[in-house]
This record gives sequence, structure tokens and C-alpha cells, in this order.
Amino acid sequence: MTDLTAFWSYLSEGPLLWLALTLLAYAAGDACFRASGRKPYVNTVLVAVAILAMILWVTGTSYGTYFEGAQFVHFLLGPATVSLALPLFDNLGRLRRAALPVAAGLLAGSATAAASAVAIAWGLGVRGEALASLAPKSATAPVAIGIAERIGGAPTLTAVLVILTGIAGAVVATPLLNALRIRDWRARGLAVGVASHGIGTARAFQVNPTAGAFAGLGMALNAVATAFIAPLVLALFL
Amino acid sequence: MIHTLLVLLACQLAGEAAARLLGLAVPGPVIGMLLMLGILVALPRFAALARPTAEGILANLSLLFVPAGVGVVGHISTLGTQAVALLVALVVSTVLAIAAGAGAFVLVARLTGAGDD
Repeated sequence: MTDLTAFWSYLSEGPLLWLALTLLAYAAGDACFRASGRKPYVNTVLVAVAILAMILWVTGTSYGTYFEGAQFVHFLLGPATVSLALPLFDNLGRLRRAALPVAAGLLAGSATAAASAVAIAWGLGVRGEALASLAPKSATAPVAIGIAERIGGAPTLTAVLVILTGIAGAVVATPLLNALRIRDWRARGLAVGVASHGIGTARAFQVNPTAGAFAGLGMALNAVATAFIAPLVLALFL
Repeated sequence: MIHTLLVLLACQLAGEAAARLLGLAVPGPVIGMLLMLGILVALPRFAALARPTAEGILANLSLLFVPAGVGVVGHISTLGTQAVALLVALVVSTVLAIAAGAGAFVLVARLTGAGDD
């Protein structure tokens, strides 16, 4: 028994176990997604996060200890963002031809995301710091956090809202766009990337490569657009 | 694979450096993506070399959000007493934003005749 305890404390302190469990939870999430017949609400990220949160809670492991292992996965977000250049390059001709629709989709999506979020929260009694933290939530995490700091939000709260927005977008996009009968993969992808950044983009790549490329573009463009739109929207409510 | 990883990291590094030195609001990796796009446009042959590694990373893009997602669970309490209001605002605004963005795209594509072929 003491051997087992010693082994556990050895494993749980190192990065190996948590890195392996991160991949295992993701594989389990992906299996659930496939087993459900690819239902969008059985979101792979959501299932994996739930499994890992449960494991950390049951074993009394801190997030800091977990992240020692998970950081190797987390780190790849940077190179992955750079990799989005490849699908953009593959679709460069289509992007050029669609410059005006892309601009329209970006402005409408970005402004709606910030304005409706702040208006609804304001209507429900949210004020001050929390409202400022909400305004940039559709941008990719580092951008949203930077903007939130500048307009008086709380960075941790913004990080939480950004991830939840990404998951919400990834879950609702397919049924919503089907219900609206929007079949243009370019429009679907761009809208999802603008509204729900990288998590939405990852989901778009699962559905269709064209949607994925336009989602990556939407995410990148909205990183810039939100920097201008979020402070403007917030100024209306303060 | 090593060469592609090197180029990806170099683009990210250059992007981070540019973001810091010039005080840009756009994060380093996004600038790195634009640099990478510039390289691909300048050297189209590089695309074939980079494809296996870049597509391998992108095929598992969802996985990369799992660690941050787990971090969020511990911070759900930071939503505080306004949790319900913030969650409603977040979900409804995301639905509206996707609908508005896709709708505007389709409308303008129809008006300008920017069909997809």
C-alpha cells in the first residue's frame, strides 16, 4: 500500500501522468463524439475537460500540478495558430474573390458579438468590471485578455468567458446554421471563427475543410477587429 | 518535419518580437501566421514540405484547448453572483453573432455576385 502511495506521489508530481491523461481524456471525448453519431453537443473539448476536472477533483490535484504536464499540449497553440497560414494559402484565390462578403461577415459578426453580449448582461444587471471583461470574449484568448486589461476588465474572468464562448460557438454552430439554411461553407466557417475563435475554428475543421480555412481567417481578422469594436461598445454602456 | 517546426516556431518568435517591440494589440502567433502566409506566397513550393506537419497539428486543434479548458473549471467561481447573467449573455450573443456574421456574408456574396467556384 505504501509502495502504491509512493508510486502515486512520484507519478502525480511529474508531467508524464498528466500529459498522458490529457491525451487519454481527449481520445475518450473523441470516442464519445463518434459514438453519438457526431452530435455537436457532444463536444470533444467539453467531454475531455469534464473528465479531467473530475480526475483532478477526485485526486485532489491542483491545476498547477496538472499544468506541468499539460503545458506541452498548451504550448502547441502558438505553432498551431501559425499553421493556419496553410489552409489560408490554399484558399487564397477564394478569399480574394470573397473579400467583400468576408468584410461584411466580420463587421456584422464582431459587432453583434460584443454589442449583444454587453447589452444582454447590462439588461440582466451586470455592471462595471464584469461588463468590461465580457466585451472582448469572442476574440482569441491572448487578444481578449489584452483588450480586457485596457478597458477595465478582469483578465481571469475574461479567460473564462473566452473559453466558454468558444465551446458555446462550437456546440451551437452546426444546428443553428442548418436551421438558418445557410449552406455556403465560406459563410458558415467565417461566422464561427469570428464568434468563437480557435475552439470554433477547430470545430469547423471537423465539419468541412473550406469552413475550417474561413474560420481561421475569421478568427485572425476578429483578433484585430475586436481591439477596435469592444472599447466602442463598452463606451455606450458606461 | 523538423524544418517545418523550425519555420513555424521562427514565425511565432518573429511575431512575438514584433508584437512586443511595436506594442501591437494583435498577439504574436497571429502575426506569425501572417508571416507564414507571406513565406508560402513567396515560396509556393514550401507548401508541399510544410503540409504534413501543419495539417497534422491542425487535425488535432481541439486537443490544444483542453488544458486551458480545465483551468477554466477552477475559475468558474470567478463568475460570482453574476454567473447566470454572464452565461446567458455569452450564449445568446454567440448565437446572434454567428447568425449575423453568416447572414451578412451570404447577403453581400449574393449582392456582389461573389459566388464560390
